Amino acid sequence: MISTRELTKDFVVSRTETVHAVRGISLDVEPGELVAVLGPNGAGKTTTLRMLTTLIAPTSGTAKVAGYDVTTHSSQVRRRIGYVGQGNGAGHSQRVGDELLGQGVIYGLDRRSAKRRTEELLESLELKDLAQRKVSDLSGGQRRRLDVAMGLVHAPGLLFLDEPSTGLDPQNRANLWDHILRMREQYSMTIVLTTHYLDEADSMAERVVVVDHGEVIADDTADALKRKLAGDRLHLTVGPSNQSRVRELAAQLPGAGEIQVDGDQVLVRVADGPAALPILIGAAQQNGVPVATAQVHRPTLDDVFLNLTGRSLREADSNGKAAA
Amino acid sequence: MTTLIASTVKIDAPAIGRRSLLRDIGIVMTRELKPVLRDPFSLLFGMIQPLFFLALFGPLLAGSMGGSLGGGVWQWFVPSILVMTTLFGTSTTGANLLFEFQTGAHERMLVTPLSRSSLLIGRALKEMVPLFGQAVIVIAVMIPFGLELHVDGVLVGLALLAVFGIGLGAFSYALAIAVRKQDWMFWMVQQTFLFPLMILSGMLLPLETGPGWMQVASKFNPLSYLVDAERTLFAGDVWSSAVLWGWLAALVTAALGLTVGIRTMLRSAD
Ligand SMILES: Nc1ncnc2c1ncn2[C@@H]1O[C@H](COP(=O)(O)OP(=O)(O)OP(=O)(O)O)[C@@H](O)[C@H]1O
Ligand SMILES: [Mg+2]
Repeated sequence: MISTRELTKDFVVSRTETVHAVRGISLDVEPGELVAVLGPNGAGKTTTLRMLTTLIAPTSGTAKVAGYDVTTHSSQVRRRIGYVGQGNGAGHSQRVGDELLGQGVIYGLDRRSAKRRTEELLESLELKDLAQRKVSDLSGGQRRRLDVAMGLVHAPGLLFLDEPSTGLDPQNRANLWDHILRMREQYSMTIVLTTHYLDEADSMAERVVVVDHGEVIADDTADALKRKLAGDRLHLTVGPSNQSRVRELAAQLPGAGEIQVDGDQVLVRVADGPAALPILIGAAQQNGVPVATAQVHRPTLDDVFLNLTGRSLREADSNGKAAA
Repeated sequence: MTTLIASTVKIDAPAIGRRSLLRDIGIVMTRELKPVLRDPFSLLFGMIQPLFFLALFGPLLAGSMGGSLGGGVWQWFVPSILVMTTLFGTSTTGANLLFEFQTGAHERMLVTPLSRSSLLIGRALKEMVPLFGQAVIVIAVMIPFGLELHVDGVLVGLALLAVFGIGLGAFSYALAIAVRKQDWMFWMVQQTFLFPLMILSGMLLPLETGPGWMQVASKFNPLSYLVDAERTLFAGDVWSSAVLWGWLAALVTAALGLTVGIRTMLRSAD
């Protein structure tokens, strides 16, 4: 569905400054995949999406989207995709219902199907009461839901979503995902989305592509990434004189990694936390060491990112700046 | 949470079918007209300045040169006001596009299968509608004050304004696209052109009494020909050569505006 080779984009900001926003991304997405692109602010996510949706021309490299080259056959590409940008797609002086219906007509739906899909989307994204409102009078989250509705109205075979759920409250986020996933099922859509929400990438996407400084630094399933890069962590609180004993026991656990002692806490990295925890507690008790508290800390994508870059995703802000 | 199940109506990649430029233009124009039709009072927005000129400048004009204008001051001044309304309305219309650049609405349109030129042509053609609405208001308001109505002249006059307005609107959109990264430039450039064009067209005061250089400059101003043509038409003379010059000026403006506009629109993505 998507195939890019060494895709790069430089922005010439001034005579002395060029931003290398995307530096050689090669990516293949198969039909039906749901891929989350994760990365800090300025990583190059939007720039990549804008190249794939024919909005800007790559500086170098190639990209085929839905079977067509984005530079030489951009109008063929545009007919086969949907795009929800990072900004607001709906015109501020327009009415909600008008924009949604119009978007369907733009994509060649006949009036009846366009009307029908408009009704459905208004209903399921809880915009029904707002159909007659002007877009400028909507709240940020309502506007975002309208943006996504406009991206879905023609049920594209390939949908790009740039931070679709930013600004939504938890209930609407869950509802939005329900709807997107249902439509994906029904129309066998391929979806590429960007997000900062780790839990979202984690729970929605089968595949997570981590981008930093314009490069892909990891590309796998969320589970595999977490397993490979971080592993689970056990936290045990034991009596102050028992750490060294517990430390020895922990070292014998299957797949045990790095062990830290912090006050009366013992932290152990293991491959499979839920399986290792009862073993460790049992061993401690057999050795007469009481365990006060015990926890399994499963790695998050934030841990993965920290592991890959040495920075936390929350704090990271890559800027691809370099002298020209 | 909603319990609605999405319908099972199957949509087979409808966008892949044949597309026509005319249909695209129609879609863009309809979208642009929606806010005007939903809120007709917005028509008055572009008319505030012209109506002030009509109400405050008209009487002054009548007092100072009513005698020398021949055929009454309104017959002379109402066509000016119509051209002025067109000028104010269409030269500012690019600001709407500028706003859509900022919000992301234009970006969304650029990713749709709509042809890029239709995004410009549809917008420019839409300018006709508010312009007609505004002209009808001005004419209706002025009839009780003694404006003589020559229906054929007025109809041709409105058509002429429409063609000119399409061209000027296209220029305004082109300007908006060109300055999209420094949006304050839009108003600076627009104002810089607006007032010289207006004054050097003889719209407000006859130029015959002005200095020679002004009369020469006015010959290079397409608006001069438009104003002359409108006055001739409002006097009921449809077949005069002034009207032909007016058409020439309007058609050249429209052709140039659309050409420049489409060319900038094609490069409006990044
Ligand atoms: N039109 C542009 N002109 C100049 N620089 C740009 C332009 N667009 C993006 N950049 C720069 O390119 C880099 C990547 O930006 P991009 O918008 O792709 O980041 P992102 O990953 O989408 O970030 P965010 O999470 O904040 O949306 C940034 O350093 C940004 O400043
Ligand atoms: Mg972005």
